Amino acid sequence: MKEKLAEIKKAFMERIEESSTEDSIEQIRVAFLGKKGLVTGVMKFMGQMSPEERPAFGQAANEIRSFIENKIAEKKREIKALQLEGTLAKETVDVTMPGTPAPCGSLHPLNKVTEEMKRLFIGMGYEIAEGPEVEYDYYNFEALNLPEGHPARDTQDTFYITDKMLLRTQTSSVQIHVMEHKKPPIRIISPGKVYRADNLDATHSPIFHQLEGLVVDKGVTMGDLKGTLEVYAKAMFGENTKIRLRPHHFPFTEPSAEVDVTCWGCGGKGCRICKGEGWVEVLGCGMVHPDVLRRCDIDPEVYSGFAFGIGIERTALARYGVSDLRQFFENDVRFLEQF
Amino acid sequence: MKAPLKWLLAYTDIKYEDTDDFAANIASLMTLSGSKVETVDKLESGIKRVVVGKCVEIARHQNSDHMFVCQMDVGEKLGGVIQIVTGAQNVALGNHIPVALDDSVIAGGRIIKSGKLRGEVSVGMMCSFEELGLSKDSFEGGIDDGVIVLEDLKMFAGSDFDAFIGKDIMEVLGVCYSDHVIDFEITSNRADCFSITGLAREAAVTMGAKFIMPDIKVKEEAGTKAADSVEVFVADDKLCPAYFARSVKNVKIAPSPKWMRERLEAAGVRSINNIVDITNYVMLELGQPMHAFDKRTIRGNKIIVRRAGEGEIFRTLDGTDRTLNANMLVISDAEGSIGIAGVMGGENSEIRPDTTEIVFESATFDAVTVRRGAKSVGLRTESSSRFEKGLDPKLAFHAINRAAQLVEELGAGQVEKGIVSFVRKDAFEERNVPFDPEKINAFLGTDIPEKKMEEILTDLECKVDTENKTLVPPYFRHDLICMADVAEEVARFYGYNNIESTLLKNCEMTLGSRTKHQRIRDVVRTGMSGNGFREMLTYSFESPSVYDKLMLGADDPHRNFVKISNPLGEDYSAMRTSMAPTVLRTLAFNHAQRNKKAWLFEIAYVYIKNANEEELPEHREQLACGCYGEMDFFKLKGILETLFEELKIRDIEYKASSELPFMHPGRTADIFAGNIKIGYFGQIHPLAADNFEAPRDSYIAVIDLKPLSDMAVEIPKGKELPKFPAVTRDLAVVLAKDVPQGDVIKIIRQRGGKLLESCELFDCYEGIQVGSGRKSLAYSLCFRSPEGTLTDDDIDRQMKKILNGLVGIGAELR
Repeated sequence: MKEKLAEIKKAFMERIEESSTEDSIEQIRVAFLGKKGLVTGVMKFMGQMSPEERPAFGQAANEIRSFIENKIAEKKREIKALQLEGTLAKETVDVTMPGTPAPCGSLHPLNKVTEEMKRLFIGMGYEIAEGPEVEYDYYNFEALNLPEGHPARDTQDTFYITDKMLLRTQTSSVQIHVMEHKKPPIRIISPGKVYRADNLDATHSPIFHQLEGLVVDKGVTMGDLKGTLEVYAKAMFGENTKIRLRPHHFPFTEPSAEVDVTCWGCGGKGCRICKGEGWVEVLGCGMVHPDVLRRCDIDPEVYSGFAFGIGIERTALARYGVSDLRQFFENDVRFLEQF
Repeated sequence: MKAPLKWLLAYTDIKYEDTDDFAANIASLMTLSGSKVETVDKLESGIKRVVVGKCVEIARHQNSDHMFVCQMDVGEKLGGVIQIVTGAQNVALGNHIPVALDDSVIAGGRIIKSGKLRGEVSVGMMCSFEELGLSKDSFEGGIDDGVIVLEDLKMFAGSDFDAFIGKDIMEVLGVCYSDHVIDFEITSNRADCFSITGLAREAAVTMGAKFIMPDIKVKEEAGTKAADSVEVFVADDKLCPAYFARSVKNVKIAPSPKWMRERLEAAGVRSINNIVDITNYVMLELGQPMHAFDKRTIRGNKIIVRRAGEGEIFRTLDGTDRTLNANMLVISDAEGSIGIAGVMGGENSEIRPDTTEIVFESATFDAVTVRRGAKSVGLRTESSSRFEKGLDPKLAFHAINRAAQLVEELGAGQVEKGIVSFVRKDAFEERNVPFDPEKINAFLGTDIPEKKMEEILTDLECKVDTENKTLVPPYFRHDLICMADVAEEVARFYGYNNIESTLLKNCEMTLGSRTKHQRIRDVVRTGMSGNGFREMLTYSFESPSVYDKLMLGADDPHRNFVKISNPLGEDYSAMRTSMAPTVLRTLAFNHAQRNKKAWLFEIAYVYIKNANEEELPEHREQLACGCYGEMDFFKLKGILETLFEELKIRDIEYKASSELPFMHPGRTADIFAGNIKIGYFGQIHPLAADNFEAPRDSYIAVIDLKPLSDMAVEIPKGKELPKFPAVTRDLAVVLAKDVPQGDVIKIIRQRGGKLLESCELFDCYEGIQVGSGRKSLAYSLCFRSPEGTLTDDDIDRQMKKILNGLVGIGAELR
């Protein structure tokens, strides 16, 4: 009987080696382990054996059975692995083919610069205030110490709607709105559009953008103004940037200053960007004029403050190396998609 | 203001050095102390070897119909008589003319050498004003068309011309002055710096040097009294607090001396004659505009300062007739106007070559009146731009004497005794300004010693009273009024850049933040950008004609725009009432650039006129999107839906709209949130697209931002995920084609009640099987209860309710 088992094993090994598909393995399984299979058939002889022979035979037969079962399982795994390999090979792609485009938009460079400034000042405790673009003369000029007939009005060519209404020429108008409605401590910035009757060219536009800053509180000093602008300059133009204040005149601040930063092109040595000066003017600022505070019912004997106005376009031109202001307003998608 | 440096430093103990570095250094220090320098220019002609020659022979050129061959005597030293060929037509025998010799340099660095012109030798060339880098306007009698003929120039009337032969032409013309000219930007608060002495004072304090004011003394040699020559009446002393007049007899009108001409011309003022030059010189030197009248033209020997007659026509000395109004101030004589106060004198009283007696005016006029007057006649003069900044009567007083002194120094006439004047009672009043060093330091954030402050202020000619903590500013500093003004003076000369930087060290922290509206605006912007749109920035004014291009009706409310009264042009005169034209124009621009695809958006205002025109217009903030290329109605709708989902606004409805004439009548939807219409979107009407030259497959969406930010949910409440299984049923109904799908799904949702978790359209079919004019809509409905597993009965009940509802709009189960 033992020979019989050895024959079965040999026959199984021959067939299993040759088979390479799941179907053929299934056939082999049926042929050997099925109800009418060879191993099953041999087991039937057990009954005819002597009780002494039975245990040994039974054990041998079971061994053969589990050997076949394991072999079949192993062979099945092998085949599956081979099949998967084939599939993966077939699925291979050319990774250098172009990707399928997903929607991708962009934000306007002027707004990106403004957003950076907003984040900086919000981090320093400022809120964002907004005001109307079509504005009363009072808020744009009169309340800012620029009464009718003041010669400094000439420096801002103004678009008028009526005698009393105009397109704001400066975001400083928002200062008055804020101070009329909020008492100190005040820390606001106000970005927005301003209008001046300039024709459009590479450096001028009848509509451009400013960001106004206003701080009013007890004990605000000109040193605080300077410190704040230093933080601003470093954040916007780089850690090594220095600032320089030049005394100037704005009717609504006293003292007033224009502020230069060391040129971002050359670091102060002098280049084309700074016209050899080493410095580039970036903003105007000053201590809020006591008359302006008083007009908004804030006692200048108790409170003081500073204000500054930053030109967004100029900063964006510098930041993105754009040479012509007009591109900001043409909105050619080829220009916009760069940012 | 152009300040010749040599002139400026003459009022200090600083010595002028003729180097660019010296000038640049002063310019830079002045800038940092508050006198902003625009430019520094070296004043130098660069003209070399151009001399005066006399034409001693002239003949026509044999081979030219327009040239002449001249023999020019340039003096023995330079070769005697030389031949020059010229094309100029204004040369006559005996004329004295500048000749550029062989190897000379003329304007623009051009080198002139001997040569031949059509066969004739020319040892150099004759020069015009332009060729010498000059303007004929600086020389009365000069012409552009031809060479300079000295005999034509008024300044040389009566001169011995032969004495000029061989002399450097620039020296002869008095333009060989070498100096640096610094152009200062003068701010409106510093009338005093609109003068050489004012700037010299700043320079002196800046550089720690001494300021030396000219010593003004008048001899009054005429022997007669001014008061017998002229009377002064001020009719409106509100507008004229002080008026000083001096009269001069035996005037000899002549060219000014060279030193005065040089200074004037370096400062950019044309020399005219001694008397006019004196008035200009005093104005530049002291900052006080002056005027000189020819006394014989002052009728009745009376000078009256009064308001102009309304509509009065007056000819100013530039020969132009001006229409005056009653808000303007004029100088008049017994019979009529002879000058517009502070702006310009009249032609009727101007100084002429034969003038023998003059009256000088030095007065103080109201700043706003002068400014308005100058504006209304369209004449902004050197005089008016000084008056409009506000001048002091004391300055006028010094100036009248300075002018008289110069007349005497120049030998231009004899000054009569005394000043005829009007002075308002308060004209010379001084005022006290608080000076509290402690407060100033607290304000600046500095620790400047009181002594240092006092020093700076005293140098600036303030009278400081440390005991009473006040100071009296000098008469020329009307801008020093309050503590902050004094603080600025201290800070300027202490050095702005020496102030220690701090960060609000005396203040408490504040919380920086954005409002909900601002946050939502940013979500919308990043959302649109994430959906593939590019943010644009456009102008907020429009041409009124865009409303025709939009095909809006004649009385469409969009046409009621806020109008700019002084626009850059008609095309920029309307504040926009709609974002559509902006968007279409931008799409058209991109299309013209051959960009295949443009998806753009912007958040901006439209301006809705207030019913009460005195009130500001409503600034309505809108999200505007415009796109063409890879776009269709449902794609754009999907993008908007994504946006609303991002804002967690779920209650949005779309209704077909054909209201807007510039939109495709079958492909436009109004967007409703709750019951509020918040915007519209769809395809542009092909004719409107054509009008703007935008692609016909352009789509736009315009949505009001305010309702979005009101309704947006920033902090949504989280719900527990369902524990019980859902049951899905499909529902297909057939109904009339023109019933909007939106109506069907609305009924399903209403009727499905709380148990209906979701409902989605998965098929829409039109065809013979459902009959013509009908369509089949198939929905997948998902039911679920948070309380337990739903039974078939529960769901059947719900489905029946839904069906009943749908029957109401003519639907039947398929």
